Amino acid sequence: MIVAKQKPIAELKEMVRPYQKLLVLGCGTCVKTCFAGGEDEVATLASALRLAFGQEGKSIKTEELTVERQCEDAFIQEAAQAVNRNEAVLSLACGAGVQAIARRFGKAVILPGVNTTFIGVLEKPGLFTEECAGCGDCELDTFGGICPVTRCSKRLMNGPCGGSKNGKCEVSPDIECAWQLIIDRLTALGQLDNLKRYIPAKDWRSSLSGGPRRLIREDHVI
Amino acid sequence: MKTGGQSRLKETLAGGGFAVTAECGPPRGANADAIHKKGDLLKGFVDAVNVTDNQTAVVRMSSLAACVHLLEMGIEPVMQMVTRDRNRIALQSDILGAYSLGIRNVLCLSGDHQSLGSQPEAMNVFDIDSVNLLHAVHVMRHEGKDMSGFTLNVAPDMFIGAAENPFADPLAYRVVRLAKKIAAGADFIQTQCVYNLPRFKEWIRLAREEGLTDKIYILAGITPLKSAKMARFMATKVAGMDMPEEIIKRMSAVAGPKATEEGLKIALETIAELRNIPGVRGIHIMAIEAEEKVPELVKAAGLLPHPQR
Repeated sequence: MIVAKQKPIAELKEMVRPYQKLLVLGCGTCVKTCFAGGEDEVATLASALRLAFGQEGKSIKTEELTVERQCEDAFIQEAAQAVNRNEAVLSLACGAGVQAIARRFGKAVILPGVNTTFIGVLEKPGLFTEECAGCGDCELDTFGGICPVTRCSKRLMNGPCGGSKNGKCEVSPDIECAWQLIIDRLTALGQLDNLKRYIPAKDWRSSLSGGPRRLIREDHVI
Repeated sequence: MKTGGQSRLKETLAGGGFAVTAECGPPRGANADAIHKKGDLLKGFVDAVNVTDNQTAVVRMSSLAACVHLLEMGIEPVMQMVTRDRNRIALQSDILGAYSLGIRNVLCLSGDHQSLGSQPEAMNVFDIDSVNLLHAVHVMRHEGKDMSGFTLNVAPDMFIGAAENPFADPLAYRVVRLAKKIAAGADFIQTQCVYNLPRFKEWIRLAREEGLTDKIYILAGITPLKSAKMARFMATKVAGMDMPEEIIKRMSAVAGPKATEEGLKIALETIAELRNIPGVRGIHIMAIEAEEKVPELVKAAGLLPHPQR
């Protein structure tokens, strides 16, 4: 899923200050799963903003709505009326959702309510970890299902570096050395020979480095 | 300034000599006096001086510029290059520029992560890794082509080094990675500072068993300790360092100037042991901001004269 984190209330308060009527718009897929922008977070944030402005003696009217996915036009349309009757939209979707809403409603003010952090998983309750950098050229078959592009702090394809110690990364003892994980897993799979092969310099054209990406599916073009 | 000829470090090693190199960290400023001072101290005592590339991710005078200052003094430099700050285009360009200025040795590294340095807010590059870089330099030298396959008008005849940390985990894989670096084109290896001799011996034994020590010149890293505080700092704060408790104990048992003496004594004992280990072809002294101790160390180790050629 796409993992996001709600922005601090102080930052959001200043962002929405110019507006009296605000739609707090949640998204019911990824950000709901990571507790950043589903119905519950929409309700909590809307009341927190009302309370914060109330303490200043200023009132703000908030409307709450959550759609299934803000990145899909079919769901976005459900928000059309609510968007039109408010002065601004505080979207709790990821950056893709915020931009999809902005694209759909050309004249509406769309504000981001969360910081989109990464593509990841819920590793254990309360802990989300980044697993994929969306490089556009998956090589997980070589690395035992552990991604060096995402999980090695230096994106080493021929790692590990000299900073790997006791299975931890030099950047922080909280970070697992991806290369230790890769080696352990390939050893268990009897595929350590994968790593004897020199991995050539990665072609980054398929990544963001090649410019904003598009995917055309001819079979779906109408 | 000497701009022709081959790497003298390569000649020394190929001729069977026990090489001695030292490290020189460029200053955090635009004044080259610090380079000249370090160069004066090291000249005549080492085969080559290895110039760091924004080590520990702290902005310093560029390695390339500092190498040229050393060349002007008649000292052979080893230019370090990390893949943290430059993409493949900039790295290859600097290899060509460095060769044109007379630099003949390059050490390819990935570099300390910027989060450990003075500007952790920086974006890193890591377009390629250190093994990709040494492979690129190797192809430039052997095939006379850059990474795009374009034929260069002059192929940079660089003597190519890589770093290896015999103390990083996992041990068995360190040897696989050494083999990979050799296959990718490394000519010499500089190791992390050796304090844990048993572990170092185990690593080089594994490398020997794989026949790797016949294919590459291994220079063992030496850093004389100055104090117990430094030993403890290295034990806990320096990435990839293996500092045995007994070394810390030895350093803690002495105080003040005596500690510096003890540090040199440990270094000399280590050098003496290293010289007897088959496969060790030289030492690389990283006397962090204590270059004045290098001549004394080299002399006391009985390793004069250097350069040998």
